Amino acid sequence: MRTMTRRAISTSVLAACLLAGGSGVRPAEAQTVLRMTWYSDGNEGEVMADLLRRFEDKNRDIHVVLDQVPFKAINENLPVQLASGQGPDIARVGDMGGLARYMLDLRPYLKNADYWEANYGPFLQWMRVPGDTSSIPGFMTQLTVTGPFVNKTLFEQAGVAMPGPKASWEDWGKATKEVADKVQAPFPIAFDRSGHRFFGLAISEGAAVFDGNGQPAVVDDGFKRAAKLIYDWHNTGVMSKELWGSVAGATYRGANEEFKNAQVVMYESGSWQISQFDKTIGTAFDWVAVPTPCGPANCSGMPGGAALVGIKSTKHPEEVARVLDYLASEEVVAEFYARSLFVPGHLGLARKGLDYKDASPVANAALKVFSDSVNQLAPAANRLQGYPASRVILNAVISRLGQAVAGEVTLDEAYKRISGDIEQQLAERNKK
Amino acid sequence: MTDLPTGIEPQAAPTVPLLARLRRAGETALGTLLRLVDRPMRLLQRLIGERRMAYVFLLPNLVFFSLFVFVPLAIDLVFSFTGGESLFPSQRPYVGTDQYAYLFDCGSFLDPASCRVDHFWRGVANTLRFTMFQLVSMVAFSLVTALVLNMRIRGRGFFRAVYFFPVLLSPVVVALVWKWILQRDGLLNAGLTTIGGQKILFFVDPGWAMFWSVFVSVWAHMGFYTLILLAGLQAIPADLYEAAQMDATPRWRVFWRITLPLLWPNLIVVIVLALIRGVQTFDEVFVLTGGGPGTATLMIVQYIYETAFASQVQNFGLAAAASIVLGVVLFLLTLAQLSRTRSAS
Repeated sequence: MRTMTRRAISTSVLAACLLAGGSGVRPAEAQTVLRMTWYSDGNEGEVMADLLRRFEDKNRDIHVVLDQVPFKAINENLPVQLASGQGPDIARVGDMGGLARYMLDLRPYLKNADYWEANYGPFLQWMRVPGDTSSIPGFMTQLTVTGPFVNKTLFEQAGVAMPGPKASWEDWGKATKEVADKVQAPFPIAFDRSGHRFFGLAISEGAAVFDGNGQPAVVDDGFKRAAKLIYDWHNTGVMSKELWGSVAGATYRGANEEFKNAQVVMYESGSWQISQFDKTIGTAFDWVAVPTPCGPANCSGMPGGAALVGIKSTKHPEEVARVLDYLASEEVVAEFYARSLFVPGHLGLARKGLDYKDASPVANAALKVFSDSVNQLAPAANRLQGYPASRVILNAVISRLGQAVAGEVTLDEAYKRISGDIEQQLAERNKK
Repeated sequence: MTDLPTGIEPQAAPTVPLLARLRRAGETALGTLLRLVDRPMRLLQRLIGERRMAYVFLLPNLVFFSLFVFVPLAIDLVFSFTGGESLFPSQRPYVGTDQYAYLFDCGSFLDPASCRVDHFWRGVANTLRFTMFQLVSMVAFSLVTALVLNMRIRGRGFFRAVYFFPVLLSPVVVALVWKWILQRDGLLNAGLTTIGGQKILFFVDPGWAMFWSVFVSVWAHMGFYTLILLAGLQAIPADLYEAAQMDATPRWRVFWRITLPLLWPNLIVVIVLALIRGVQTFDEVFVLTGGGPGTATLMIVQYIYETAFASQVQNFGLAAAASIVLGVVLFLLTLAQLSRTRSAS
């Protein structure tokens, strides 16, 4: 009896082992576990999880743990983790220049570094520390461009004609106010409370941001024109103080919920919103992305985006490079962009054009508008995006303009404070 | 039941209840343990003397306290004398008292706009205003609630639980719930428009934002202070009230002459704890108003947090200096509490 029991147990264990081997459960000791810190604007977290599953099926020796965190954690917690050497192996970051010193140079581990140079070349500079011209820290998971979304239905209900493609910001201000008054919408124009969004407007008004030596010289005439426009819009009701005036410091406030609830006539945000608008607005009302309005200087928005990068402190650089090589490969990254409805940050795909199969006609049209606006970007916009301390500038601007909008300081006082804040923070950074 | 022959009494089985057996086993184990400890402790006492034994008993607590309070405090102090953005103190340059000098570089301390670090001083002014309003409201409402809950009213137990319930909630949950109530399309504005009123943008007006910050804080924490006062009220001997009743003393006089003086030690505790909590306020107000509108509800702790973590250049030195200043203020308040409590008792 005892022998029979033993035999039964041994057979069961053997069968379980065989089943486990055949069903994809891998023995833990043979695996390298990598941690990837990730944030999502839309559905890209699900897409990434799916792609990683497929990678793991082909690469049984690597397991990637996807840690999904809020965007705030990427900006505020991740830098501390990285500074302490306790960061993940791979991370999706928005502040590429600011975190460049923690990034791993993948070049020695990549299968084909030329492919990376050819397709991600111009964006790699955003991820490099000043003076570095050769490292390959990662690839762009999305290229973003700021630009406005318009609730077309509200325009139709109000019987107001939508301004044309080359219309100025002032034209849009007037038109949206008229619409909002007629249909009782609380937000004629809503700008994300973000320095990045403000600079789209400022650069179109002629802001140069940097002096001839490449040093920040933020407050110039173009900048002041844009700041005055925003300030006046808040005082005349074109913009509601609920976004820019209601919080302190550089706190981000978006109006995506308000736009989805048809409370906003025109929402200045960016291409990353397309996926969620497509999914959540559906047929509730007609929305469109329109080309960035023009200022006296140009019709530029602000570029931006997020990159998936390897982290220098990883103990497994080769495995990290294998994962990123897979994810950055043309076929895989094309699927990622297409399913996430992102503007590609891959030159080859941008040239060929992407087939966004899952997107509705509205979303496809919006993607076309944003893809086209990449060509409209002013050099100052690209310079600001590539500046390693860009967030110092963006945060100082939003914090102080927010105070002016709330009525705490005058615009002139805000200008002085902006310059002072930037100077102080850069001086602090230079203390070695 | 089996029938027994007449004259034979059924004998109770000599069983000891399970609980009693467990207790006895526990006592035996504890006794063994104590005997094990007893000998070395006696030896130690002989070596260092009876008076120093108190420190031996305090040691475990002190170790944890040092690890989680004194060591971080010391690190914070070190950081406040350094600059740059490196995380490790060894990699940070020594800058002497520069951070403090920068923090205190003010034309007039009464006018935050005249200070180089105006946000810090706006935080100080807001924190003082918040603490003052919060303290008065907290003490007043807690006292009234405790007095009512100490009466023989119907459903007293239920109401005691209801008032204590918000204390159990996370500050973030409390703030989010109130944010949903107070926002443009929140419950309160829905109610206002239903009765024909206009929507109020509570978070755009500095006065309303401060009012709701204080209100939510009082709502969330009042139960705790009520409990302290209730305990104090229940400790007042009933015969004092009976004597007052026999003398037909008016109720307000009973309150002023008996209740308030005897409740004073508890009130002092409540005042000082509410004061310290007010100065430390961060999470609720941060989630509720984000420090706005403008910087109307920006508190010192939010300033410290944003300086250290929310900026691209994470200015740990300046944040550490600001937190040391805050720590000194809290230390002084705690000293005041100790001295007042001692004099009251």
